[in-house]
Amino acid sequence: MAEARYPRLMLALLLAPALLWLLGLIVLPHVELAVLSLRARIAPRVYETSLAQYRTFIEEPLYWHTFVRTAVLSVLATALTLLLAFPIAWTIAKIAHGRSRSLLFVLCLIPFWVSETVRTLGWMILLRESGVVPQALVALGLAATPPELLYHDATILVGLVYTSLLFMVVPLIGALDTLDDALIEAAYDLGGSGADILRRIIIPHAAPGITAGCIVVFMLTVGNYLTPTLLGGKNSLWFTEQIYTQFITRFNWEQGAAFGFLLLVLSTAIVWAGLKLAGQRFGDVMRRT
Amino acid sequence: MIPSLPRSPAQRALPWGYAALFFAFLFLPLAVVAVFAFNDAPYPAPPWRGFTLDWFTGGGRRTGLFADGPLLHSLWTSTLVAAWVTLLAVAVGTTNAFLIERARFRGRAALSLLMLAPLVIPGVILGISILAFASRVAQFADDMFGLELDFLRPGLPLVVLGQFSYIVAIATLTIGARLQRFDTTLEEAAWNLGATRPAVLWTITLPYLKPALLGAAAISFLMSFENFNTTLMLAGAEPPLTVLMYGRMREGASPVLNAVSLFLMIASALLALVLMRGGLRAPRAP
Repeated sequence: MAEARYPRLMLALLLAPALLWLLGLIVLPHVELAVLSLRARIAPRVYETSLAQYRTFIEEPLYWHTFVRTAVLSVLATALTLLLAFPIAWTIAKIAHGRSRSLLFVLCLIPFWVSETVRTLGWMILLRESGVVPQALVALGLAATPPELLYHDATILVGLVYTSLLFMVVPLIGALDTLDDALIEAAYDLGGSGADILRRIIIPHAAPGITAGCIVVFMLTVGNYLTPTLLGGKNSLWFTEQIYTQFITRFNWEQGAAFGFLLLVLSTAIVWAGLKLAGQRFGDVMRRT
Repeated sequence: MIPSLPRSPAQRALPWGYAALFFAFLFLPLAVVAVFAFNDAPYPAPPWRGFTLDWFTGGGRRTGLFADGPLLHSLWTSTLVAAWVTLLAVAVGTTNAFLIERARFRGRAALSLLMLAPLVIPGVILGISILAFASRVAQFADDMFGLELDFLRPGLPLVVLGQFSYIVAIATLTIGARLQRFDTTLEEAAWNLGATRPAVLWTITLPYLKPALLGAAAISFLMSFENFNTTLMLAGAEPPLTVLMYGRMREGASPVLNAVSLFLMIASALLALVLMRGGLRAPRAP
């Protein structure tokens, strides 16, 4: 093939921007973050290598509680997103045809073209004490006084699931699209019940899409800042908030860097575990979404 | 289950019922944002007190969107940042695509995998790591050469770099996917007919890539405009729109935010429409 061998100069020219990007904005900054997290200030402008930042994380219950809480709520949000997204992906991939199919797909996309800030503003207007839903509950006689629906864990979950739906629906549609209807018909003819077909045919076939969706959603959720802080208020206790507080508010970069690394480890570990469970490769999954 | 299986009417209606509920859930928050941009009350909350355009044009003691200096300025800031990010991401995304799809060198597989890494790093961490590294470099330049590198302090140049660091990965994927499907015999034919390399690139390859380049540009612009996590960590005295809106939402929103949100919705809907004609897919995760 003629294009297989680029001249050396050409290769260098193509490599330069890629390396500048990856080294300058990804690799070296993370090395810097690691170095920061592994040092402690012993006097003004004097530092020594230590694990003090990580010790603080373990010894201070608030920090690791927040960490565990963020992880658990994120797993929960991912599971809920999968449950809510699956039927709609099924409808789009298998039931709708032609125009209604593309219409439904576009309808799924539209809200996600709008900024997350705007969508969260919508939820705040809907859920706060003086908002639409509490007032409607009072008007319908379902509540005596308008309940405050913001600042609960459930509210955070609703917001997180809402923000994540698209990133689950798209890979699911991709996976379900390739499932041959004849397989389902055959299973039915052979006496399989709905649950059997779901468990033994649909889910194994859709596994790559499910994995891809779950990984992306978990990662987005665990790293989200906007939705938990606005919908959860002071009670949100989201780990990214701790990172922000240490880094920007308290200017304690060493502690913030350690927290950042812990979050990175959590997120990477879950991505890795998800891939292992589904027996897939990272590159394939990322290209799928 | 699929339509070809025998089902009762109730079972056939079920998916459509669910779809209706699902889309109600999806559009409810956007609908209330739009509706309360026109409510004649100082807070975006029920009851409905009548229709007004005050939150756009101003009136009485109300400051409308078109007179809200800081808000308009942040809108401009976001546009400027997004334009730079788009330019950089499409340019580097294109060279990356050629590097990964065309060049053969040792370490290519590892490099292409590394290029996906920014997509699985939480945005907050991209933000703080770039902030810390930029500050280290600035400190170093100051200590060694007495240089004041202001662009490495929190501010718009850092915001552009921070957003670029992951958006370029998306641009690379988008452009690379199309380049991969390119039939290289077309280029060979052009060479055989005597075209130079630049001429082939300009008349054959780039026109073929055009839809992907436009798509990558639109996605980059949108992702940059909407980015919050990375931007929050790197923004200085001039906050882009999302950061400014966040600050105001914490203080208690005024309907001016609804007005600007409605403007954003219309703008992104128009952008989406244009792209749909080009046959594009979903926006990507940050």
